[in-house]
Amino acid sequence: MHLFVLERPRDLSAALASGAQAGRNDARAEYIAGGTDMVQLLQEDVRRPERLVSLAGLLDNRIEVGPKGLRVGAAAMMADVAGHPSVVEQYPVIAEALLNSASRQVRNQATMGGNLLQRTRCPYFRDVGYAACNKRSPGSGCAAFGGENRWHALLGTSENCIATHASDLAVALVALDAAIDVRGVSAQRTVALNDFYRLPASTPHIETVLQPGEVIAAITVPLSPATRRSHYLKVRDRASFEFAVVSAAVALEMDGAHIRQARVALGGVGTKPWRVPRVEAALTGASLDPTALRRAAALAAQGARGRGHNDFKIELMQRAIVRAVETAGARA
Amino acid sequence: MTSFNPTRRDLLKVTAATGGALAAGPFVPRAAPEAAAQGTNAAPAPLNVVLRVNGTEHRLTLDPRTTLLDALREHLHLTGSKKGCGLGQCGACTVLMDGKRVKSCLSLAALVEGREITTIEGLAQGDQLHPLQAAFIERDAFQCGYCTPGQIMAGVACINEGHAGSAQEIRDWMSGNLCRCGAYDHIVAAIQDAARVTGSGRGG
Repeated sequence: MHLFVLERPRDLSAALASGAQAGRNDARAEYIAGGTDMVQLLQEDVRRPERLVSLAGLLDNRIEVGPKGLRVGAAAMMADVAGHPSVVEQYPVIAEALLNSASRQVRNQATMGGNLLQRTRCPYFRDVGYAACNKRSPGSGCAAFGGENRWHALLGTSENCIATHASDLAVALVALDAAIDVRGVSAQRTVALNDFYRLPASTPHIETVLQPGEVIAAITVPLSPATRRSHYLKVRDRASFEFAVVSAAVALEMDGAHIRQARVALGGVGTKPWRVPRVEAALTGASLDPTALRRAAALAAQGARGRGHNDFKIELMQRAIVRAVETAGARA
Repeated sequence: MTSFNPTRRDLLKVTAATGGALAAGPFVPRAAPEAAAQGTNAAPAPLNVVLRVNGTEHRLTLDPRTTLLDALREHLHLTGSKKGCGLGQCGACTVLMDGKRVKSCLSLAALVEGREITTIEGLAQGDQLHPLQAAFIERDAFQCGYCTPGQIMAGVACINEGHAGSAQEIRDWMSGNLCRCGAYDHIVAAIQDAARVTGSGRGG
């Protein structure tokens, strides 16, 4: 671990004035909250910030389920949200995404805001023994193109980066049209989570729209009739404690036996949590008949590009959509 | 323990001091050889940190990079918590923080001031083992023993959470603790036994 100055500000305004910046590897100062990802990045020398600014005790950790929807303070622990009775009942896709993330220990330590800002699990990003990683060292190339890319993205890629976003929570939240309350030193703003993440394009080292000093203050999820009939399906190499190969978050509003409205987002296949509006449109008015679901799910493959080892995920993600819609649709 | 019957820990200390660097090497925090080249000060400003561990308050002066695990092992000499991967993957470092299980290798010590830390050393009541410690012995729930303190701390929390019902439920909620010897069947049985003793197996 490289040297850094650890700052423990007394209040949030002092922290925001630090100029720390999350989600980009050229930032000289970074925030640390639960630390479960940051400490790994520090231990493996992937991140070498000069200053580390602690947010411990400075951010809201309340979980509020009200008539307008769900609001979760950024410092709420993953385990507390996953076990919150109203979240389990009214937003099962969120509870399931969280329960299928990491281990109970990590969910006791990791904050909701930090989960959304975790860095990719691309092995070439995580291992400084590989020189080529545009996300870690801008301009150095991408070792995943000619390397082991089973875990990599099919959608939203560029010639500079094919790393997936690793958060299950983010996939569920994008499906539910969640928004992020961003706090800066002098202002606050609200950003749709879908717009919060940037595509890699020519700057894969810049992952979010956060500006220097800004933090995630809260996550909001609007109320919708679809949230109760929702499901998170995670396909992975082990039954527990593993990142997704492919995942699907689905929320359905039903009209009798037919789908009135569907929201579908995918994990493990995109450079950011990947919403599939074409699939959603095709599901509108459809029954839960497997043939109809299969036809709609096929639209997720439009624009998908395999790189060799990950070609199988083009088929797998369609099957994941079908099963997730069937499971959500079977819920009362 | 008499001087004629040294503990394993004593032997390790002697081995390390007499040049057994291989044994000690992986467990010592890495230095930053590039620090001087970068123009930063070689020694980071040490931080005053107050840790509350097993009911006792400790005032420490720590390098800011010190994880909770390293503070426990290297500064408080509570070597029950083990360092396996140092990356949150193996669970050997599991301790309780305010009663909840956490991976102590993933927390910086300076950021957990004011929290109540419980390690494997704080689990027994005097000579009276915790029911899960006793169950691990009864069920022979270990081979090499390296993962055992973490397994027991995670298992205690698993029982307290109400996640120690069926074997499948235990396997799911204990997935953050790896056992390379493969003693899982016995670990699950021990947790089931202890959950029955404490009467809090069912739930969640």
